[in-house]
Amino acid sequence: MSTQVKFVQGNEACVEGALYAGLDFFAGYPITPSTEIAELLSRRLPMAGGKFIQMEDEIASMAAIIGASLTGHKVMTATSGPGFSLMQEALGYAVMAEIPCVITNVQRGGPSTGIPTHGSQGDVMQARWGTHGDHAIIALTASNHQDVFAMTIEAFNMAETYRTPVILLFDEIVGHMREKLEVPEPGEIPLVERLRTSVKGGVNYHPYLPREDGRLPMSDFGDVHRYNVTGLYHDMWGFPSSDPDVVHGLIRHLVDKIENRTNLLARYKEHHLEDAEIVMVSYGSAARSALHVVKNRRLRGERLGLLELQTLWPFPKDIVREKCANAEAVVVVELNMGQVMQEVKKAVDFPERVFLANRIDGVFITPMDIRKLLRLIQGKGV
Amino acid sequence: MSTHDYLRQRFFPHMWCPGCGHGTVLNSLLRAVEQLGMSKNEIVMASGIGCSSRISGYVDFHTLHTLHGRALAFATGVKLSKPELNVIVPMGDGDALAIGGNHFIHACRRNIDITAIVMNNRIYGMTGGQFSPMSGVGINATTAPFSNIDREFDVVKMATAAGATFVARSTTFHAQQATDLIKQAILHEGFSVVEILSQCPTHFGRKNKLGAAADMMQHYKDITVPIGSSKKKDNPDLIERGIFVQEEAPEYCREYDKIIEQAMKG
Amino acid sequence: MAKKKKLKQHHIDRDWCKGCGICVHFCPKNVLELDEMDKVFAARPEDCIACKLCEIRCPDLAIEIETEEGGS
Repeated sequence: MSTQVKFVQGNEACVEGALYAGLDFFAGYPITPSTEIAELLSRRLPMAGGKFIQMEDEIASMAAIIGASLTGHKVMTATSGPGFSLMQEALGYAVMAEIPCVITNVQRGGPSTGIPTHGSQGDVMQARWGTHGDHAIIALTASNHQDVFAMTIEAFNMAETYRTPVILLFDEIVGHMREKLEVPEPGEIPLVERLRTSVKGGVNYHPYLPREDGRLPMSDFGDVHRYNVTGLYHDMWGFPSSDPDVVHGLIRHLVDKIENRTNLLARYKEHHLEDAEIVMVSYGSAARSALHVVKNRRLRGERLGLLELQTLWPFPKDIVREKCANAEAVVVVELNMGQVMQEVKKAVDFPERVFLANRIDGVFITPMDIRKLLRLIQGKGV
Repeated sequence: MSTHDYLRQRFFPHMWCPGCGHGTVLNSLLRAVEQLGMSKNEIVMASGIGCSSRISGYVDFHTLHTLHGRALAFATGVKLSKPELNVIVPMGDGDALAIGGNHFIHACRRNIDITAIVMNNRIYGMTGGQFSPMSGVGINATTAPFSNIDREFDVVKMATAAGATFVARSTTFHAQQATDLIKQAILHEGFSVVEILSQCPTHFGRKNKLGAAADMMQHYKDITVPIGSSKKKDNPDLIERGIFVQEEAPEYCREYDKIIEQAMKG
Repeated sequence: MAKKKKLKQHHIDRDWCKGCGICVHFCPKNVLELDEMDKVFAARPEDCIACKLCEIRCPDLAIEIETEEGGS
């Protein structure tokens, strides 16, 4: 098999990435604009010996993939805002019980049913804080189909490496747009497989005791080790505990295993940052317009640069701070009311020079929209 | 093996109140598993949240203590992804039929080979005695201080209507029958529901002046009859015990295997 | 038909027993009683017919009836 070149929707690129990564169990519930992912997988998964199930709602979908992950499978669900809201309960469970799984949210406008067939990036903070309680989370995004493919694989790799749910935060625009995708040969992109315990049957296995490298080897349900999985605070065997030391140790572990690896988990792209006077920070579909502006204005000698974030959570604050350090102004381009902008303001030394170029009307932000703001910042008038 | 070999004995005595029927359900369940000669590694027990759901912590199987009402959804993922496992899902009445009602009817409809046990004590015990969808009109509960006006479900009728292919009912008084029904439910290929009336002397009993645990069990003897008993004709309020539904129908995991076969042919 | 099993011994786990009295109430031969600590004991073992109703109904899984044939 050689590299396959396809002309696909972003949602299809996600499916290709998931299958490349080894997805073999999907549970979902139909919701615009993510439905193509479920439709395609209902065909592609059984063709590869995997399994697809359409559940009664998104709560059940999230629950089902957790169950399937525990038997040793690579699992995913896909949804959009309202469904993502319903998934928050079991997402927290997956955080607490350390279950590898991937949740794709093809964002549409919210709150509530909002604007189902139009793009938005309004779920950035929901991805971070949607489920209750202190926790850490990984969320990735992408602006083009090759990156959707790559980030989907990254999501599975990170989920398996850190025993955690990983959120793919795409948007309707990327999800439904068609462009070229090259699917590399199997083996070309490295995959992380489930780390299983080497502890033999009859010997005490600790499902929740991290190794020195921080990884927690798993044992599939049905294998020789019988243990407990719970959403309660639990000891190293998985049994409920309210011992203050156990509770404290577990919450620290859950947060630290991700937050302490912020730089390691950071995925981003740089465009002309070396001498940029104005640095744009963007991600997902919005970054496409930002990149267009950079390329276009560079031709006219304007020192513009773009930092395209692909890891949104944990927020790569050190990288943002470093890349923006020499900028006169930072413009965050996003399709919400400044959810990432607030994070950028916290990251840089000059929050008063961080500006927002956004649209919140369900319409894709154009290069012209961004230019208008840049003209203001540059003192060129409206 | 003895029934105690299936227990995680280090967690005993258990956390349930004195006289709680849930312990008897655990007792009946272990006897069923032991009489079937099942190995501990082939069983996954998924439970939700509530007094009933603590049962999963006490058994030495692969155990999944999940979210309130969601146990069947988790269990569906376990079963479909690894059909050779035996999946048992004990639930409380509020767990199974209020917050988990939607998952319950759809699991019945799919006919996936899971054994659901509804430990029906007609109350939310762990949170302190609020009325459940099984409490029924006229019951006193901490959230029904002037007596309950909420009508109750009939688990058996609901499971039957939703398409479960094995539906049975017993009580903690009829522990031997409960064991037998659980055995048959486990052996049944398809979705099975066993409702077991289980006393909550602490909340339901006390609030409704039903006496001690033994009195409540005695009451189960008095208010239930085997299916088809002539006594029911004279007293329609009597609750029937036994197997209401036992039929063969395509099982979900097997049907999905056929989908895979078909898809792989291209 | 199998030979009727005869009692050898009541095994009662006093740590597990919560003294609910279910076994005492339903024992058909009035064999069991609760002691001053509200733990069950076999007051009249000689009357036991090894029906095991106490064992199968015990919510604390605290009673095991051992019979002469070695069955439990």
